[in-house]
Amino acid sequence: MICNLCGKNPATVHLTEIIDEQMNELHLCEECARKKSAAMEQQFGLSDLLAGMAKDETVAKDEENVTVKCPNCGLTYADFKKIGRLGCGECYNVFKKYLAPLLKRIHGSTQHMGKAPLKGAKISKKRADIQELRARLQKAVESEAYEEAARLRDQLKQLDNKKGINAAE
Amino acid sequence: MQLNDFLKHTSEWLKGTGPNSDIVISSRIRLARNLDKLSFPHWANKTQAVQALNTVIDGVSKVNYLKGSTVFKLADMDGVDKQLLVERHLMSLEHAQKTENKALIVDSEEIVAIMVNEEDHLRMQVMQSGFNLHEAWGIINGIDDSISKELNYAYLPDWGYLTACPTNTGTGMRGSVMLHLPALVMTRQIDRVLAAISKLSFTTRGLYGEGTQATGNFFQISNQVSLGHSEEEIIENINGIIRQIIDQENQAREVMVSRNRAILEDRINRSLGILKSARIISSQETTELLSMVRLGADLGMLKDIDRRRLNELFITTQPAHLQKLENKKLSTEDRDLKRAELIRSRLNL
Repeated sequence: MICNLCGKNPATVHLTEIIDEQMNELHLCEECARKKSAAMEQQFGLSDLLAGMAKDETVAKDEENVTVKCPNCGLTYADFKKIGRLGCGECYNVFKKYLAPLLKRIHGSTQHMGKAPLKGAKISKKRADIQELRARLQKAVESEAYEEAARLRDQLKQLDNKKGINAAE
Repeated sequence: MQLNDFLKHTSEWLKGTGPNSDIVISSRIRLARNLDKLSFPHWANKTQAVQALNTVIDGVSKVNYLKGSTVFKLADMDGVDKQLLVERHLMSLEHAQKTENKALIVDSEEIVAIMVNEEDHLRMQVMQSGFNLHEAWGIINGIDDSISKELNYAYLPDWGYLTACPTNTGTGMRGSVMLHLPALVMTRQIDRVLAAISKLSFTTRGLYGEGTQATGNFFQISNQVSLGHSEEEIIENINGIIRQIIDQENQAREVMVSRNRAILEDRINRSLGILKSARIISSQETTELLSMVRLGADLGMLKDIDRRRLNELFITTQPAHLQKLENKKLSTEDRDLKRAELIRSRLNL
């Protein structure tokens, strides 16, 4: 088999590429494979991906994001954009304005609905509201009160779109 | 427990028992947790890393369920020993590589494993054989509750457990199910199935987790989203997907048996023949052939094969296990010889 890229050397590396959910099989010679893998490394990597997502969310003119620094661990938002990892739990409070839209994009939500540690932490009001609305919605659907159900669904959507924590600020 | 004791028993994930164990190898739940205020491992200086390590080990040691666990300090360990723990799926490859101020805590049954100072301060996992995420969740949820009484976790009511990477924020939970899907691979339907899975925010990985290729028809499927749903909801979502994949694999198996029985029997028996007689065999070829033999046993085409013995071979033929069994370092060539010898001795009884 001959390399798909240069068409000269024998193909020794076999690669499957997925672009826009389309799978492509590539058969490459060693040299072309090396070039291809360097190009791929530039394109991918989770930290790049996250950093890329974070960049979209913060408007360039917003200079604050360059200087904001976590007082607890010293990580700046610029550091986060570079490495794709936060420095400590406090960072989530310090950068919440920027992280809320990022979390929304990654998870489709900014409201934790899971468990809490046994000591200290408590359930937030927003979460309690969501839980109550979900329960009422289910009841409405069960009793075929579709108008009521539609209204509740809109309310839920609205709640979920409120950005991040302490949305009222 | 000593490291050598591991060799004497089968890993939980290879016991070959539990629901749907003809297709589902194992179910795993892992939780990511961090200590409040302390820098995450990648960002911590030496003092902070040592503090996190000691705090976690000390806190975990007070949990009843984990009394009698073994604490492995990775910096003190030999390369083969670390690889052995990776091969047994007790820790990640990444954890075995940069080892400073890192530890692994394993209970005596090898059901619970806690990596300390990996990407997060704590990465705890529970593994069960077969299709059994609910039971795995029950165990790890209890352990997590107990640990949360001893340690202060980094947590916000609205955002849940705070993790180094925002892709884990929220529940910090990843549920994974390891599947053996030879029929979907052979009937060339696997790409379609995997593409559908990725559309639904699930990821597929190989036998050894992140960054590994699927070999020998083994696929690990896990959730991507960790925020916005409760742990139980996430598990139900995974279960729904897995049930569909099991159905598809069963259908593909039926089609192959009814339409291509002779070809299938030929491949399965040839695979067994090679395993029973080869003198030199690589780890990858072993996994591929064992996968076919396992399919033969699942379909009832091979009657005198002991499933448990077969499962054990998946792990005892891995490089570090071979070297521990031989009690010395072996070159790749030596390993291929010893591997073939071990397989012959186990299958020609």
